[in-house]
Amino acid sequence: MPPLMELEEAMASILPSQEFQRELHGLLHDYAGRETPLTFCPALSEELGFELWLKREDLLHTGAHKINNTLGQALLARHMGKTALIAETGAGQHGVATAAAAARLGMKCTVFMGAEDMERQSANVRRMRLMGADVVAVESGSRTLKDAINAALRAWISLQGSTHYCFGTAAGPYPFPDLVREFQSVIGREARAQMLEKTGALPDAVVAAVGGGSNAIGMFSPFVPDASVRLFGVEAGGTGEAGCLHSAAVNLGRPGVLHGEYTMLLQDENGQILPSGSISAGLDYPGVGPEHAHLAATGRVEYGIAYDHEALSAFQKLCRMEGILPALESSHALAFVLEHRQRFAPGSRVLVNLSGRGDKDMDIVEKALGLQAV
Amino acid sequence: MHILEENIRAAGAAGRTALIPFVTAGFPSRERFWDILRELDESGADVMEIGVPFSDPVADGPVVEEASQRVLAEGVSLGALLEGLKARRGLFRAGLVLMGYTNPFLQYGWERLAAEAAAAGVHGFIVPDLPWDEAADIRALLAAHALALIPLVGPNTPKERMQLYADVSEGYVYVVSVMGTTGERDHLPAEVPEVLSRVREVFRLPVALGFGLRSPEQLAALPDAVRPDAAVFGSALLRHLDRGGSPADFLRRWRS
Ligand SMILES: Cc1ncc(COP(=O)(O)O)c(C=O)c1O
Repeated sequence: MPPLMELEEAMASILPSQEFQRELHGLLHDYAGRETPLTFCPALSEELGFELWLKREDLLHTGAHKINNTLGQALLARHMGKTALIAETGAGQHGVATAAAAARLGMKCTVFMGAEDMERQSANVRRMRLMGADVVAVESGSRTLKDAINAALRAWISLQGSTHYCFGTAAGPYPFPDLVREFQSVIGREARAQMLEKTGALPDAVVAAVGGGSNAIGMFSPFVPDASVRLFGVEAGGTGEAGCLHSAAVNLGRPGVLHGEYTMLLQDENGQILPSGSISAGLDYPGVGPEHAHLAATGRVEYGIAYDHEALSAFQKLCRMEGILPALESSHALAFVLEHRQRFAPGSRVLVNLSGRGDKDMDIVEKALGLQAV
Repeated sequence: MHILEENIRAAGAAGRTALIPFVTAGFPSRERFWDILRELDESGADVMEIGVPFSDPVADGPVVEEASQRVLAEGVSLGALLEGLKARRGLFRAGLVLMGYTNPFLQYGWERLAAEAAAAGVHGFIVPDLPWDEAADIRALLAAHALALIPLVGPNTPKERMQLYADVSEGYVYVVSVMGTTGERDHLPAEVPEVLSRVREVFRLPVALGFGLRSPEQLAALPDAVRPDAAVFGSALLRHLDRGGSPADFLRRWRS
């Protein structure tokens, strides 16, 4: 596809330039709030018997790691001469981050969002609109993230001359998985240096939630060459009963092709893509970035599962014990550590990517906990 | 000469634009679909494109997407389509082309698909989400069964790319009239004549124009020198069929 070739060329020619890197650094530092802190969790560490450290992407502007990628892509698009951005969004976090980047850089912005997601993440819809984005409801298919991607890809085919498709995760057609990893790797680079500075050593384990895989690949990739560091990706297992909807493409999917990538997918025996499910809208996707499929196949990263109720209890625990309100996506990563605590040696150092803050999830959490309490 | 090319050339020799209707497999209902194929064939279709449904058809507009969702909900599958075609092998005058997305074909197995499709009387495939750089092996597999892999070119396909396609393709070249998805448009984009003439310079294959065709008048408006050899129409036909219209009525307007 010609616009993908154009993007690949722009990556090679524009990204390495000093001017681009200087501008991006300025945006990340002065606008988005990098670098983000590395926070030690004293109370939880005491309970667990090992050190728990959090990389605080929740403290970034717009509330999640997504802004690392949208500022990078928006700046690249502007250097390419594009005047408009389109994006898909599931939870709305990537949509909000794209809307913010577009407003900041003076670009037009259109966000495609599944009609069902617009209902369950209405606050983010309002935030996008306040920042000047058009939010288009996608009514086709399962009315969630994968259908929003379909709609955005279709729109991009028509609008490619003026418009960049700001893809939200480390998946989709090449070169998006590489481009998004490039912009998200700042998470792992900072965290690695901060761990060395604060503890004098690398962490023993690094844990991140995996939806499409952008916060996880951004965290993992600088650690991949460090053989002593165990890496864990955590997929959403849904409600957990037999046959439930889930989003565990690496664990429970099969290889196939969707949105121009060959990767692990939830699909039926005829190759039709199956609906996914999770209490966390940001993890609710039937595929995963191809690099995660590869890291799973080589065994460098281990992929586990956390269920809705485990994520909810991790969410509460972090609120009460550390005064941090995590996104439900990030709560899955934390839940894996809490549920599988015996897998981490006493005294070891475990680093969790806290990819976002949970304000957006208040309604969902209260509703779920209200139901549970009865 | 590949049989798909022969069919289109034969229409040209008779002074006609060849007609290529597109119907989603199992549409508008599983029973009616087979009658519709027969009626299209009898009413003068030169090639028939059968859409293999996929849950996420990104190259398609709303009409084809909805048709796909509907037939999937009714349990239409690639395997059943191939069986149905095999049972009717030899009944159709028109060439048969399957248009579908990579994943259902990949899961079926390209090798098995090629063998079974050939045995079912299919002559070619169109796979809009199959990247060129990965198509070579599949083209060879299909060619071993005399199946053509039809190239798609659009307004933004660079000439050097077209030349790569032209060097290895058979059957016909499918020119996508719009930068966009399938579905009717009132007017063809202004650059279509220029795109068609570029395609003519590069390809010696017959040229089929599709995506966005609604009525024969759209073709009549094109300059003679670039008039395509074949016209493909899908969404307009699907809507006609869904309203209970007959294939014969639809094709009659295009035959003149
Ligand atoms: C806070 C947060 N974490 C994680 C994700 C999942 O995406 P990814 O796997 O690309 O990091 C999202 C997606 O919306 C998110 O908002």
